[in-house]
Amino acid sequence: MIEIRLHGRGGQGAVTSAELLALAAIQEGKYAQAFPSFGPERRGAPVVSFCRIDDEPIRLRTNITNPDLVMVLDPSVLRLVNVLSGLKEDGILVTNTKYSGEQIRKELGIFHSLGTVNATKIAQEELGVPITNTTMLGSLLKARQIVDPDSLIEPLKKRFRRVVERNIRAFKRAYEETIVIPKQG
Amino acid sequence: MSKNRKGIEVSIGAADAVAMADVDVIAAYPITPQTHIVEHLSEVVARGDLDAEYIPVESEHSAMSVCCGASAVGARTFTCTSSQGLALMNEIVFIAPCMRLPIVMILANRSLSGPLSIWNDHSDVMSIRDCGWIQVFTENGQEAFDHVFFAFRVGESPDVSLPVIVNMDGFILTHVIEAIEYWTPEMVRQYLPEFKPVNRLHPDKPVTMGAFGMPNIFTEAKMAQNEALLDSKEEILKAWKEMGDITGRYYKPVETYHAEDAETVFLTMGSLSETVSIVVDQLRARGEKVGQIRLRLWRPFPFEELRNEVKHVKSIIVLDRAISYGGPGGPVAGEIRAALYSEKNKPLVTNFVAGLAGRDVTVNNYIDMYEKTQKLAGSRVRQEDYTIYGVRE
Repeated sequence: MIEIRLHGRGGQGAVTSAELLALAAIQEGKYAQAFPSFGPERRGAPVVSFCRIDDEPIRLRTNITNPDLVMVLDPSVLRLVNVLSGLKEDGILVTNTKYSGEQIRKELGIFHSLGTVNATKIAQEELGVPITNTTMLGSLLKARQIVDPDSLIEPLKKRFRRVVERNIRAFKRAYEETIVIPKQG
Repeated sequence: MSKNRKGIEVSIGAADAVAMADVDVIAAYPITPQTHIVEHLSEVVARGDLDAEYIPVESEHSAMSVCCGASAVGARTFTCTSSQGLALMNEIVFIAPCMRLPIVMILANRSLSGPLSIWNDHSDVMSIRDCGWIQVFTENGQEAFDHVFFAFRVGESPDVSLPVIVNMDGFILTHVIEAIEYWTPEMVRQYLPEFKPVNRLHPDKPVTMGAFGMPNIFTEAKMAQNEALLDSKEEILKAWKEMGDITGRYYKPVETYHAEDAETVFLTMGSLSETVSIVVDQLRARGEKVGQIRLRLWRPFPFEELRNEVKHVKSIIVLDRAISYGGPGGPVAGEIRAALYSEKNKPLVTNFVAGLAGRDVTVNNYIDMYEKTQKLAGSRVRQEDYTIYGVRE
């Protein structure tokens, strides 16, 4: 089972990202769960969402405290929330940032494998808004191919209808532009 | 992979099942505490995809009142609520079964406020334990979806004619996206006949419903209502059997997991059950003789099935998601203890109240409960003993 925790700010689409990922996995015949951190919705406040993917039916219905992957949609959350909490030793942090992986590694003082991309820039250029949900999914899949990137196309089409092309472009660009550095030591 | 397998939010899946059941009237209070279930149904009706009346009322009290009226004229009727919504609906909830109105309600279980809360537990449904509706619990999206058809089928059966509550955990199920195997329209046609009420309000054949019950008839009316609920079991079993024949998923009043040779069993209801089955696997791997009893049918209570499944068991750990203030702990444990009181070999029944208002109950928490219980072996646990688990000090 792969467990992913997504950090963002309310309104940026952390919940949508988790949903799209689960839908892509289910489309591949796998089992998946996506769920928000339950509570009142608050635009702009740090939020968390979760996704589980497995080849077997998923029976675990608790929050994810030891994720295999952590995806951060908003760089400012990195300093606000302990996004690394419980991240497995061989887990991966994938974050939206304008800094390099080495810089982030140094700042956070971590040894984990790290995927970095300037998702805000890509989203601004491709979508015209700093909403990084689909962009960061491209980055996540570059860091670890949890699902086939093509499996996301159908869920993206259903979700975004008119703006689907731009979202697919942002997704693919992030996939290309993400740099992954391996675990240290 | 089946083409009917869909990744979907469980609430939307349940709403789709209600639409596929070709419901005639949906009455609901559309804002907090509510789920996407009625929101989605309102869209389906507004688009013209479902020929039904969607009646957005001003309160849950009115929602259940409208449901009673609609069901009384012979309409297939649905509503949905949670927590305070159910509390406000309360007065009319008790009237529907006495009038033998087969309304179907999904209760997205959430805590009753005080302190203000929106999260999941079972305090809402336990507050209406004795309301006289048939009550079932579901553990995942598929089960919630399946039980919409089950509820209409059983409730509307002429031999039953009672309202049915399908419990599904708020948030843990209602807000989760997962895979659900949809039924085909043909399966629904095969399983769910047209609703033909035994009695209904119609100008051509006037009848009185909901009349005054004078002292000389009230006791008899209540006895008849209770008999109807007890007798509904036969149709419940038949409906689950036939659903199994159609879907391959066979449900039972009391389901088990590795309970056959277990010395200790967890007894659970609702979505925590799936997590507990993982705990059973882990403890089994350590060589512990642990199993699980899952209570699906809450009313009518499956006494016989429960006794049969725990005959050989030494210890039962009952998980409760609500408190009976000043009473015997959790409402489920109280029932289990009552059900086993007449048994010669009574197992030790320990009771943990956990997962109140959305508090996560982890795999390690259950293992801790198990270990605590093992230490009690041989000691005397009184009827009223219970532990509110995980209290921060």
